[in-house]
Amino acid sequence: MKEVEILKINELLEKYPFVESYFEENKLDISGYENKTFIEFLDHFTLEEVEDMALDLNKNLIDLQEYIRQMKSFLGIEVSNSVDVLTILPGQDKLGNPEGFERLDIKKSEMIAIVGPTGSGKSRLLADIEWTAQNDTPTKRTILINDQYPDKKWRFSSNNKLVAQLSQNMNFVMDLSVKEFLELHARSRMVEDIEETVEKILEEANKLAGEKFRIDTQITALSGGQSRALMIADTAILSSSPIVLIDEIENAGIDRKKALDLLISSDKIVLIATHDPNLALLADKRIVINNGAIINIINTSVNEKNKLIELEDMDRKIQELRRALRYGESL
Amino acid sequence: MNLIVFSGPPSSGKTSVILKTIEALKGQDIKVGVVKFDCLYTDDDILYEKAGIPVRKGLSGALCPDHFFVSNIEEVVKWGIDNKLDLLITESAGLCNRCSPYIKEIKGVCVIDNLSGINTPKKIGPMLKAADIVVITKGDIVSQAEREVFSSKVNSVNPTAITMHVNGLTGQGTYELSTLLMDEEKEIDSVKGMKLRFPMPSALCSYCLGETRIGEQFQMGNVRKMDLEDR
Repeated sequence: MKEVEILKINELLEKYPFVESYFEENKLDISGYENKTFIEFLDHFTLEEVEDMALDLNKNLIDLQEYIRQMKSFLGIEVSNSVDVLTILPGQDKLGNPEGFERLDIKKSEMIAIVGPTGSGKSRLLADIEWTAQNDTPTKRTILINDQYPDKKWRFSSNNKLVAQLSQNMNFVMDLSVKEFLELHARSRMVEDIEETVEKILEEANKLAGEKFRIDTQITALSGGQSRALMIADTAILSSSPIVLIDEIENAGIDRKKALDLLISSDKIVLIATHDPNLALLADKRIVINNGAIINIINTSVNEKNKLIELEDMDRKIQELRRALRYGESL
Repeated sequence: MNLIVFSGPPSSGKTSVILKTIEALKGQDIKVGVVKFDCLYTDDDILYEKAGIPVRKGLSGALCPDHFFVSNIEEVVKWGIDNKLDLLITESAGLCNRCSPYIKEIKGVCVIDNLSGINTPKKIGPMLKAADIVVITKGDIVSQAEREVFSSKVNSVNPTAITMHVNGLTGQGTYELSTLLMDEEKEIDSVKGMKLRFPMPSALCSYCLGETRIGEQFQMGNVRKMDLEDR
């Protein structure tokens, strides 16, 4: 007999506190049945109740077992989840010609820029990584994780995605305060010290945002810059995904360099699709994509790094003028 | 022929996901047709036609769309076979959040979107809970945190399903979805004798039969009263 069939509900809850959210999300009110097994609890529903609540008792039992199995492996992922090196092996372009590189290794805390015209295949590259392609996507690329053929879990696990994405036009749609929102996310990630984590995210987000915000601000009332700052800090600290993909971050209201530093310092691999020289030159390498294929991988040269210093200088001047304008000074 | 049943609340992106997935399937030389079920109106069939996909639509009118689905699925499958399809996709109306037109031996896909709110997985019945694959759409417009919270909620009501994120506009994820649909072992030539995964809601009252007058004396059959007592 399986554990879920033998243990009483309160024993289950004690051993696996997370089953409470299974009961909660499935609207299974177990009060009064703590001393019974889950099967005995399911047996108490009358035929009418089963029909009324659209219950499938058999599946509930299978689901609870599966849920416990997944959550156990989710809680044990810290070790197995770590991606030290991500490898891309070449495939082909849209016409079937081989790609222009032999092997690309990206290490933890590395940042890579992706450049190429619209429609050149940037999203496909990211999709290949997310799906851990094994010569089975249109590009015929192969992705290795820690130098090995990846576990299928990366494809199908819903709590354990390889790639977190930050895109240009993302919004918050929930109507919650910053505190409630971060707590909700932390709970879904099964974080132990929720309060500390929430405060850490707020602190980091405020370091990135031009204008500071408070923990009781509604997330829907945040400015564009503040929202981006919160999303980045939250992804850096709370997301379980070891790879972060950024699709252009706008300059307005956020310190982009600090934002990238924060992600990199959280042991993430950062891929950023951008045509902004300020960002592209921050990366050590950039992948050039055209016609569906990686046609070149360029290491940022010393000359380019010097250009970056120049660019940052210009950027600071523009920022300063912007600040002056905002506070009513004459230019 | 393979049959796949797509279901999901209105405006969740079923049609966009199906269209983009078929594009990926065509690249693999698979002939796909679609039958769209709806209640009063749909012009989704025009979108399929424009994409060169064989399509039929069925409007249930005065009937419950899912009841209408079951009583027509046999003929729909015959249409697919007569048209020599490799894969037939049915798209449901997905109106009341309870029903699921899923059939036991046939793959069922539920499409649900990130914008619908985090309590939605809790509100949807067998349509979500009995699906084999859950496709979550509109992820590109919400934050990473919301995507993670939403998919963990979906997972807790249907842990055995494969949960995927698909962007119906760019098609990101549809190639991957397309690889999960075809299954040689699931070849069928009829659905006769197969069973629904979950019974449809039963209701037969005077209003089902066309009664329009309001009042207790006009209510017959399956009638239930709300509890409005003080508490």
